[in-house]
Amino acid sequence: MTVGTPPAPVAAAGPRAADRRTGSHVWGGRVFAGLSYGSGILILLVLAAVAVFLVVQALPALTADPTELEQISWFRAESLLGYVGPLVFGTVLAALLALAMAVPVSIGIALFISHYAPRRLAQGLGYLVDLLAAIPSVVYGLWGALWLIGVLDPVMTWLSSTLGFIPIFAGYQAPAKNVLTAAVVLAVMILPIITAVAREVFLQTPRLHEEAALALGATRWEMIRTAVLPFGRSGVISAAMLGLGRALGETMAVLMVLSPGLLFSFFLLKPGQHQTIAANIAAQFPEAAGLSVSVLIATGLALFVITFVVNFVARAIVARRKDFSGAN
Amino acid sequence: MTALTIERDIQARRLPARAPWLVGAGALAVSLAVGSLGSGPSVPAVVALAVVLYAVTLYVLSRAVEGPRRATDRLAGIAVTSAFGLAMIPLVSLVWIVVSRGLRLFSISFLSTDMVGIFGEMTEGGAVHAIVGTLLVTGAAALISIPVGLFTAIYLVEYGRGPLARAITFLVDVMTGIPSIVAGLFAFALFTLIFGPAYRAGIMGAVALAVLMTPVVIRSVEEMLRLVPNELREAAYALGVPKWLTIVKVVLRTAAAGIVTGIMLAVARVIGETAPLLITVGQLNQMNWDLFDGRMMTLPVFAYRQYAQGGVGIDRAWAAALTLILIVMALNLLARLISRYFAPKAR
Repeated sequence: MTVGTPPAPVAAAGPRAADRRTGSHVWGGRVFAGLSYGSGILILLVLAAVAVFLVVQALPALTADPTELEQISWFRAESLLGYVGPLVFGTVLAALLALAMAVPVSIGIALFISHYAPRRLAQGLGYLVDLLAAIPSVVYGLWGALWLIGVLDPVMTWLSSTLGFIPIFAGYQAPAKNVLTAAVVLAVMILPIITAVAREVFLQTPRLHEEAALALGATRWEMIRTAVLPFGRSGVISAAMLGLGRALGETMAVLMVLSPGLLFSFFLLKPGQHQTIAANIAAQFPEAAGLSVSVLIATGLALFVITFVVNFVARAIVARRKDFSGAN
Repeated sequence: MTALTIERDIQARRLPARAPWLVGAGALAVSLAVGSLGSGPSVPAVVALAVVLYAVTLYVLSRAVEGPRRATDRLAGIAVTSAFGLAMIPLVSLVWIVVSRGLRLFSISFLSTDMVGIFGEMTEGGAVHAIVGTLLVTGAAALISIPVGLFTAIYLVEYGRGPLARAITFLVDVMTGIPSIVAGLFAFALFTLIFGPAYRAGIMGAVALAVLMTPVVIRSVEEMLRLVPNELREAAYALGVPKWLTIVKVVLRTAAAGIVTGIMLAVARVIGETAPLLITVGQLNQMNWDLFDGRMMTLPVFAYRQYAQGGVGIDRAWAAALTLILIVMALNLLARLISRYFAPKAR
């Protein structure tokens, strides 16, 4: 290795350590390298173990006869698939609704911080948005169940009475313990991660592209539309998918806000229609035993597979953009 | 575009600089007036009306004077700014409601008593057992994930080359997206296989939290190690210092403040996790100091159970939420301070 620069003043331990070229140092190096290498391998093993243990524990439910499954008090379905189906539907519906609300707002916030706010304020404002990520999910649950439901009640009453002819808005019943309220809470919870990644990509737009657009006489918005947004498209897509992964797996907020039901239903404002996998596990698990534990773990396995795929795709998109070193 | 139109464009009429301010004041006044006419002026409704009025008026004015392009530009600016404002609503309302409701039962006795012998609508009782449980479980999780995370990050930055390192980096990123409840199920499945289905202990929750925390630790430590300039490493090598000593004495020491900050942020992130603890550690009304035997109460689960119980429990849930937020914010603040005051100064 060539050393072009003069030695920096770091060598408090250097010379003495170099003098003692004893066996203990070779040995120390091996142990240290081994520990590092082993930790890296351990991470791979843990990830594999998560999958393996879930499969092992879910096996009794996967192989059980439907008549055995019917012994479980809350199991009202023909088969395991018939039980998991509505749960997957509810999970995906709530997450997609949350995403539909969070993505436009996040892009707005990210643009505000990267291109609109005064330079000196931008970092502080970004920190304010990051604070949303620091709030524990159970607090979001309390906030959603005891504050947001009351605030959304007039909005949803109005929505149901004026747009009620569209089926998805029909049949609102107070209190607003419906999937739309749960999705609003989820949207707030995934705002920070989508914003953080989107902000990061927007800031990486080549300065020359922006200046070229401005030099051609574009207004600030035209510059953003022609230079910043096309450059950031894949970053925004992967940010949205990371947010989707979070929303799919979020438990407490849904558990505390949503009145559960197991239907394939598009009535967004009716309570008792939907339930998500995660919230269902948290609700049933403390009282479960035997085969019912196995059924719940099987649903958890489904959730793991879904979120793994979503996150995998999102990270693959990010990784393809080598120039983008991401906020995670 | 001909030269003539360009010239006209440059000399195009603009709205005076104070026009937005005047329009804004007008919009606010009108919406306040409308609000006070209505049944009861609610703050969000008045603000929303003012923003809409402001946007419409400014757009129409600008379109008439400056043309459609500038008008769209102004509209986009308003939309982007109000997106930010929209995100502040949950933050402000959440902090406000947690503080105002939480203070009802938040007191020294709330922080120093447990729930033994508390029933019905008694307002006594507190969360000390939950606070201790949270600290024990999170502390154990940190004890597991900090060494693993630290060494994995060292491997990725200092040793790792080739496909294995790339695979680990990628899977660590994917691992940050594991749902917390799945981590809880994993810990449950692991301990059930080893100790039988009836085993419950704080350490189960700690393992679940460690699964969630390790990738966060790896990512932040990795970022900090990459910031250490290569010249420092090369200088140490040139003096004959072995690689592992260079890492311990030069690289880690230079990055120490950043590493501590990253670890504290990771702790702050998992300390509020509820779902994995709900299904592994369970709940208890009294103090349990033993991580390896029996159920334990933790602060997030305490808040959830008290909420589910209703009545005076809801006040207790808010007080617990306030305690939890205070702990999280203290950790965040401390982390920021450490990174500000102990980071190596750039020369």
